[in-house]
Amino acid sequence: MTQSGLKVHFNQTKHSPSDFALELNVQLEPSGVTALFGPSGSGKTTLLRCIAGLQPNIQGHLQFAGQTWQDEQTFLPTHQRPIGFVFQNTSLFPHLTVQQNLNFAIKRAKQKRQRFDYQDVLSLMNLKPLLQRYPHQISGGEAQRVAIARAMLSQPSMLLMDEPLSALDNRLKQDILPYLEKVCLATDIPILYVSHALDEVSRLANHILVIEQGKLVEAGKASDLLSQLDSSFANHQDASVLIAGKVIEQNADWQLSTIRLGHQSIVFAQGNEVLGETVRLRIQARDVSLSLTHSDQSSILNRLSAVIDDLKQEANNPSMTQVRLLIDDTPIVSRITSFSAQQLGLSIGMSVIAQIKSVALCR
Amino acid sequence: MMNLSPADLTAIWLTLKLASVVTLLLLIFCTPIAWWLARTHSIFKAPINALITMPLVLPPTVLGFYLLVLLSPNSTLGKILSDLGVASLPFSFAGLVVASMLYSLPFVMQPLQNSFASLTEKHLDAAATLGASPMDRFFSIVMPLSKSGFISAAVLGFAHTVGEFGVVLMIGGNIPGETKVISVQIYDHVEALEYPQAHTLSLLMMTFAFIVLCLLYFAQRSTHEQHKKGIWS
Repeated sequence: MTQSGLKVHFNQTKHSPSDFALELNVQLEPSGVTALFGPSGSGKTTLLRCIAGLQPNIQGHLQFAGQTWQDEQTFLPTHQRPIGFVFQNTSLFPHLTVQQNLNFAIKRAKQKRQRFDYQDVLSLMNLKPLLQRYPHQISGGEAQRVAIARAMLSQPSMLLMDEPLSALDNRLKQDILPYLEKVCLATDIPILYVSHALDEVSRLANHILVIEQGKLVEAGKASDLLSQLDSSFANHQDASVLIAGKVIEQNADWQLSTIRLGHQSIVFAQGNEVLGETVRLRIQARDVSLSLTHSDQSSILNRLSAVIDDLKQEANNPSMTQVRLLIDDTPIVSRITSFSAQQLGLSIGMSVIAQIKSVALCR
Repeated sequence: MMNLSPADLTAIWLTLKLASVVTLLLLIFCTPIAWWLARTHSIFKAPINALITMPLVLPPTVLGFYLLVLLSPNSTLGKILSDLGVASLPFSFAGLVVASMLYSLPFVMQPLQNSFASLTEKHLDAAATLGASPMDRFFSIVMPLSKSGFISAAVLGFAHTVGEFGVVLMIGGNIPGETKVISVQIYDHVEALEYPQAHTLSLLMMTFAFIVLCLLYFAQRSTHEQHKKGIWS
């Protein structure tokens, strides 16, 4: 653990039913996006508020970049912590225009060094058309973009995001996700992202902490955790894995891009990526089917040789089986019926052909 | 147009001066207390609230009587005050200000307290995460978002002070230019059977009260509409 990481230790037992029990001892990576994932009421938001100093009654130890923010003697007040916080619901100041809301942050910036440039943030979040409007004159998605920009412009050393998309409907959410991805890529500061939505987590996170009932259940790299069968993600309907790779080929005629995966490659519908760029692809377990032979006539483009690494019947849905595959060294997950698994005689170590029906570009 | 005597004009001027001073002092005095009351869970909240609301239910004569006794030059407090070089408060403008502040206290405190209590925590939290200190938050977020509360408090405090009679009579008497406010002047006119003069001043008071309350409700309506638009939510 380097000096720039975040060390958190909270131990709050329940004194009354309204109290929140939080027993956590986590160390966070010094950069990248760490998702705090878990069901609602699991303590993710409380943890984030504790880190921000907005939950003063919780006992614990908190260290960031070697500096103590909270212990028995110290409690650094929120306004002195170098954090940016994006709330679940829009928290824009209603009496100020978008421009004035941003100025509020700029005026009180936490450090002289401008990690986030004003013009860059404006164009990143596409805020120029909104500057003169009041919060009640813009949509929920726009308001959240402003809130993210405002948090960035306070020049924090760490960004905390508390389910920033959960109050938005699905269409708005899809609109704003690309912006968030840009933020995640544009920064070198750690981002803590609270969410109970797997699609957001798998698109944004580098690391994942799974929290249940105020306790840390699992922690690890997103790519590992999202493909591990025994992790809490496995029983999720929309279980998926992330793979990253460099674009090695682009076919303008068919609007297709190709990334390399070990000795094989994956083709996907072209987005705005360019040749040589590293992209992340999300493959949902239910979109991966298995076959024992290379059947040649098929509409499915991506058919890759893989080796079965693990297979497990789903505990809460025995009719389905999740199969963890290794394509060279890259893990992906396939979700098939238990009947098929038996018909094909699948077993660990067996070579199969993974047919990937669709691949979603994350960025 | 109106046959106002110089004595009437003096009374009007004195009333306006008194109401302005009292309103200003009350706003300054009540703001921190109302803020504390709106957010505290202290067990003292209820008794303090009760104490502040008492002038609303007590007859002004009771307030005036106690003030008179408390502040008279022969009382302990009066002695301390005169030792400190403060002129005797009863039957003076300063004494009237003190009495009026007590009398109008609930009218300023309650709108402020209600408006502070209705502020959502998230705006304050957001301001704190953006680096605003508690003082900074109060001036940059709380004050502008509580604008309607401050307007109501100021208008009600001012109007109520203009309309007081009992306390003034008890503690101020009727020294022209010093403690004789409009309500006392009207009383004197009636006692002297000068009904036309009493009519003029009374009508003036009625019109003033109507206009002030109209303004208040207009102000409240526009904030209500802003509420509906979600401005303050």
